[in-house]
Amino acid sequence: MELVVYGIINSITLSLISLGFTLVYSISRVPNFAHGALYIASGYLTWLFLNKFLGMPYVMAILLGIAITSAIGAFIYQFVLVRIRGMEISEIIATYAIGLAILEGLRWGGLRGGTFSLPTFFAGSVSIFGVSVDYQRIIIVGAGILTFALLYLFTRYTKIGLAFRGIAQDERAAMMLGINSDVTAILSLAIGSALAGLAAVLLLPLGNIVVETGYNVLIFAIAVCVIGGLGSWGGVVAASFIIGFAQILTEYFLSAHYQMVVALLAIIITLLIKPSGIFGKQKELEERV
Amino acid sequence: MDAMMRKERIDRGLKVRTEGIYAISSLREILYLMGPRILLIAGLFALPFVFELAPYWKKVINIMCAYALLALSFDFLANYVGLVCLGGAFFTGVGGYFAAIFNTTLGMPIWLSMPLATIAGAVFCTFCLLPCLPLRGVYFAIVTLMYPLLFTRIIEALDILGGTNGMSGIDAFPNAYLENYTIIAVVLIFLFGMRRFVNQDIGLVLRGVKDNDQAVRASGISVTRMRIIAVFIASLIGCFAGAYIAHLYMWAGISLFALDFSIIPIAAVVIGGGGTLVGAIIGAFILVPLSEILRAFGTFRIVIYCIILTGFIVFKSEGIMVYLQRKYHQFERWVKV
Repeated sequence: MELVVYGIINSITLSLISLGFTLVYSISRVPNFAHGALYIASGYLTWLFLNKFLGMPYVMAILLGIAITSAIGAFIYQFVLVRIRGMEISEIIATYAIGLAILEGLRWGGLRGGTFSLPTFFAGSVSIFGVSVDYQRIIIVGAGILTFALLYLFTRYTKIGLAFRGIAQDERAAMMLGINSDVTAILSLAIGSALAGLAAVLLLPLGNIVVETGYNVLIFAIAVCVIGGLGSWGGVVAASFIIGFAQILTEYFLSAHYQMVVALLAIIITLLIKPSGIFGKQKELEERV
Repeated sequence: MDAMMRKERIDRGLKVRTEGIYAISSLREILYLMGPRILLIAGLFALPFVFELAPYWKKVINIMCAYALLALSFDFLANYVGLVCLGGAFFTGVGGYFAAIFNTTLGMPIWLSMPLATIAGAVFCTFCLLPCLPLRGVYFAIVTLMYPLLFTRIIEALDILGGTNGMSGIDAFPNAYLENYTIIAVVLIFLFGMRRFVNQDIGLVLRGVKDNDQAVRASGISVTRMRIIAVFIASLIGCFAGAYIAHLYMWAGISLFALDFSIIPIAAVVIGGGGTLVGAIIGAFILVPLSEILRAFGTFRIVIYCIILTGFIVFKSEGIMVYLQRKYHQFERWVKV
């Protein structure tokens, strides 16, 4: 029972992490290698607002942290990516370089050791099926499901959301219908970064804010997206559950060191058997060269 | 009324005549063509003598050349085959550990362990990267990004190959000159060898793989096979750098998988000018001494590289070498419009 409960929690954690990455990729086709850095940046900003600007309530700090992260994402597109749009090599190098600059800059700026941590929203824990789960993890599950529901409604019933889907499915046709590709791309980066920030403030209270988490988050996000099929929404959920449970099982039977190995093995196996991922059916031909 | 002026660029006469075929008629023209090359070769060979009195900087020359090799490998993969390798450290790590195993465990002498480690490492790297080669370039970037981290974790977790302490007791080079000249010679051989290679038929096909893979496929050539060849050559260069570094430090550890080996070559290529091969080496020769001078800044150096890198990509994507080549082969003048 413990395995099932924690497996579900871990899976939802993973899908929260990778949601931002897949959103950006599916809409603007930019592999955002700065995703992990934005995650850590958001956590650090929230910590900064909470501890350095005294008197700011927690909710306010969280909202400001997410808003600034989202602005960083939009800036990255507006000032860097827009100039190299479509040049895949430059896009990958530029986003990776920005991500590294943020992460290593934070490390240099003093983000070291276990001294930075966010408080949990509510202390205490509750027992589910005889397994004790703290409130924070329950909030994560609730927030994860809520985010997915909101995104579903957003992409189906609002004008911007429909524009997103239009650009994702066929960029040229969407542009002919008057959808501005650059504006949607900026918005997608802003929302993707905000999702990274949201994941950060939800998940970071469970541990410390350390730079290494940024790299891990990036890798897990990529793993989930590749296995689910780059840019596929249903794939993200399915892949998070596969990797989530695989990780919990290896952690239970082997050791926590193997989490990364599981992620990479899963990627390699996916690439060997079905390169377009679990739900990447309609784009299967595009992925192969 | 002042007329509008515009800058006009004109190719030098010799450049016009000798594009592709070398129709040279005088010593001056020979010098014009050979000059830059001779300057590079002679300059590299003279370097250890120039720094004769500064042993510390002689060590820096070695590291500089090792990074130049990595940059060369990145430039070849990115700009001739279209595969972005975000984990140059994977090559150095694999090469270094193979050299350590061959030298300490199997007791091979240094002149055998380095070449063997290079080849064995290249085979191993190519095999590891095999699954992502039939796919679009972004998968290659993703997988190469993960491998160095993965191998670090595996070595830490399983405590194999010396674990976190690494493998020590690797043979050093007999003397400092051999140390210098081995790597200088290898850099020059790989540089000019690669220049030849990319201008042959296979180089043309590889560029086709980058620019239009469907056309290559339509010509009945396997894209995957071409990429396997390219990745093998690139990892050959990278693994040699790794094996050399292991012998240089007489130690192989998880720091061979460090981020520096991934990011400095990328920055060097972007600064030096992608697609020129020489540019990669020039870029490394600029960046590595710079990073030695900035040693006091610690990890902040990576931030500096990344900012320079992004700046060059956005504002000066041609890089230094392409700019210099243009200045060398063309002259400019202002003309009335």
